[in-house]
Amino acid sequence: MGGTSPLAWFKWQALFSDWQVFAVGFGETIIISALSLMLALAIGVLVGVLGVAQLAPARAVNRVYVEFLQNTPLVIQIFFLYHALPHIGIMLPVFAVGVLGIGCYTGAYMAEAVRAGIQAIPRGQLEAAYSQGFTFSGAMRHIILPQAKRVSFPPMTNQVVNLIKNTSVMAMVAGGDLMYHADSWASTTLHYAPAYVVTGLLYLSLCLPLATYARKLERDLEGGL
Amino acid sequence: MIKLEGVQKYFGDLHVLKDIELTVTSGEKLVIIGPSGSGKSTLIRCMNLLEHPSAGKITVDGVEITSPKAPVTKVRQSVAMVFQQFNLYPHKTVLENLTLAPIMVKKVPAKEAVESGLYFLERVGLSDKANVYPSQLSGGQQQRVAIARALNMRPKIMLFDEPTSALDPEMIQEVLDVMVSLAKEGITMVVITHEMGFARQVGDRVIFMDDGYILESGTPEHFFVNPENERTKAFLSKILSARK
Repeated sequence: MGGTSPLAWFKWQALFSDWQVFAVGFGETIIISALSLMLALAIGVLVGVLGVAQLAPARAVNRVYVEFLQNTPLVIQIFFLYHALPHIGIMLPVFAVGVLGIGCYTGAYMAEAVRAGIQAIPRGQLEAAYSQGFTFSGAMRHIILPQAKRVSFPPMTNQVVNLIKNTSVMAMVAGGDLMYHADSWASTTLHYAPAYVVTGLLYLSLCLPLATYARKLERDLEGGL
Repeated sequence: MIKLEGVQKYFGDLHVLKDIELTVTSGEKLVIIGPSGSGKSTLIRCMNLLEHPSAGKITVDGVEITSPKAPVTKVRQSVAMVFQQFNLYPHKTVLENLTLAPIMVKKVPAKEAVESGLYFLERVGLSDKANVYPSQLSGGQQQRVAIARALNMRPKIMLFDEPTSALDPEMIQEVLDVMVSLAKEGITMVVITHEMGFARQVGDRVIFMDDGYILESGTPEHFFVNPENERTKAFLSKILSARK
């Protein structure tokens, strides 16, 4: 190794000839991201709406869920699913661990965005809906959530960026994602620097457009109010 | 049509409705007057259970709505409310504002809801605004849309919670005109208002509230010719002189 640059040309050549390794990982990261995003959105709407419910136990469920998942590390949650659950006979494939772990974790942040969006809607909207005979869930679906969307979308988009980056913790449980493949390739070839540069650029290619889109949504929201 | 018996309402320690006994008969136009903070808004909001009374019994159209098993959402479909702040749905067009609840809640066929919606828009003089959004309308126009939205539920009872108080003076009359034309029909109306001309023109009965009590009840003539209660007199002289 002595004297060769960490970014020497031959290392890049090795990387590009093994490009499929990165492509597989990149594809896996996109799939895990997409599935855990769907789970996170479903949890976010459900738990977020519970946060504004009239019944105190429903609001308690919201608080416990959000505080517990936001204030413990994602790594512990993933390790719990991967290492602890098998002891009680639940053996999840690593792919499911990723989707479930990251989806539930991001769901807590989505729930907060949804709750904040709902709370930005004037109280009179819910009263008007009630006065017309809507139930709580009917009012949420037809009247409150469509309006709350505008406020919730920018922070939710930022959470999608975090979600994509957080899929990289899958590498710690041999997750088959981009970070895992990049890391295992790098430790075999010892060409760490090019591997991490390329991997970082691949994450950037997903996250930067989303972050830019989130900023545009925020600007639109300011202009619209 | 509406009956309140022994109704009490507390917000924490604050006692806002005290020993309310009130019966509104079918087709009656009841006007509620009184200073702000007197409990009149809370009273009208108890009639469709936007506020739950702390004690007492409320019956609407034969249904005891204060019973725990009352079909509240069903009852609300026939008790429409018009709010001070209009509360139109800003993400829906004017026509959609009128048709949303009939279609989603009452399960009226969409075509029918649109037809009757257009009819009621015409009634309030806003046929040409069916496809615009509420934010593009003036306050008076928005309140007329809110009345049309209420009507499109085909309610038996209409509750008006200070419908002209948030309006610029020049827009009050257009809303009152719509309400006067409504009053000529058989619908039961309960109206909180400071518009004494309106009270006199359409009210079958006026009640005066202060400090959570119904202090006086009578025909509009009774109120404006010889009110008995000292506080009623003071309130009326204040509000009438303010309008001159």
